[in-house]
Amino acid sequence: MAINTEKNSYTIIFSIAMVVVVGSLLAFIAGALKDRITENKRIEKQQNILYAMGVNENTEGSAAFVAEEKAQELFDQYITEQLVISNGSEATPDDNAYLIDVKKEQAKAKAGDERRLPLFVGEKDGKKFYIAPIRGKGLWDAVWAYVAMDENMVVQGAYFDHQGETAGLGANIKERYFMDDFIGEHLLDASGNFVGIDISKSNADPLNKDKEDNEVDAIAGATITGDGVSAMIRKDLKLYVPFFKNLKKTN
Amino acid sequence: MGLLSKKDAKLILDPLADDNPITIQVLGICSALAITAQLKASIVMSISVIFVMGMGNVVISLMRNIIPSKIRIIVQLVVVATLVIIVDQVLKAFSYQLSKELGAFIGLIITNCIIMGRFEAFALGNGIWRSFLDGIGNALGYGVILIIVGFFRELLGSGTLLGFPVLGDPIKKSGVYSIGYENNGFMLLAPMALIVVGIIIWVQRSRNKALIEEH
Repeated sequence: MAINTEKNSYTIIFSIAMVVVVGSLLAFIAGALKDRITENKRIEKQQNILYAMGVNENTEGSAAFVAEEKAQELFDQYITEQLVISNGSEATPDDNAYLIDVKKEQAKAKAGDERRLPLFVGEKDGKKFYIAPIRGKGLWDAVWAYVAMDENMVVQGAYFDHQGETAGLGANIKERYFMDDFIGEHLLDASGNFVGIDISKSNADPLNKDKEDNEVDAIAGATITGDGVSAMIRKDLKLYVPFFKNLKKTN
Repeated sequence: MGLLSKKDAKLILDPLADDNPITIQVLGICSALAITAQLKASIVMSISVIFVMGMGNVVISLMRNIIPSKIRIIVQLVVVATLVIIVDQVLKAFSYQLSKELGAFIGLIITNCIIMGRFEAFALGNGIWRSFLDGIGNALGYGVILIIVGFFRELLGSGTLLGFPVLGDPIKKSGVYSIGYENNGFMLLAPMALIVVGIIIWVQRSRNKALIEEH
């Protein structure tokens, strides 16, 4: 080759050209795929919400969502109402409440602004479900969940997910054996005060037979992820308590 | 003659055993420790690395005559990073569930020293076809070790393989658990991966004395 690749001027021109080429290539790809990615995330949310209320294709031992193509249809069918809760217990209907970004709302609350709390009301086999999205911190990154409750704040189903918990340990919060433990578990204590559900290492109830102890069995080796999940349930679900209290009064 | 000449076939076969990137060249240890707690993660990581390495080696080989030697490491880094981002974005758009499962691993590919090592040691000085084979070969060699380590760590650590409980149920005490066997949670932590890699190195070198370095 005739070019002298050792020259400084060549090095500079090469780097500029490289940055321009790579930059525009990536920008183009990101732009071209953006719509599809947003759409995928939207469908995933619907799948998560449906999963929490028991509309899923679980097989023994492993968790599975409803098919992507059917998500919208089933979502319309099962989710009867979407609410945004503000000022404690005022609920306003909002058909796009499921698109509310919980992370952004948490940041708003931190900055002193009002946090909007989305709540989805679903109905299946004549039973009503109230599904709340919550979010917290695990060991490495964010953990989040969709928790379906009845009007007494007894958990009817839950879907947990995470950004980057350790595979084989913390990542197992999205395994069925962990998520299913929450079904039937009470969030309130016997006298009706909110206590949440603790991911306990010492409850001596690995089969989770006691549903009123406000505890589920922890995953061995995932202490910090478990603590993060407990904290997330305590902090975020507590915000929904006034709504449920109000619900009981009006009924 | 088949599809590959003898010399070309060597490029694929050598890294599988006698010139293995992990056990002989001791590259790529970081990711081998991080993601081998489950067999499935190991397999997925191996496939991703095979793709990125094959592609990356080709791109670097194509550019080998125009890359200024002063900034070649940066250029290599840019190539890996670009490829990884493209893979990540395409997966997110067309195979969302898969991309969720890969999540963290895809980013980890960038830090894999085997990739940079092969760019520097091979692709910069060889033609496209040979570079491609070298990339695939080394990625396969990496993958083989990952899968072996992942197999033992998942089996002994969680009692499962690819998520299926092969040893019985530890909570209900069925299968081997009924006679008092317990999972070794330590297997799921990174230090045990290092020990498993060490055992592989030991077995390999005791079978082939030529691999033992003289000091």
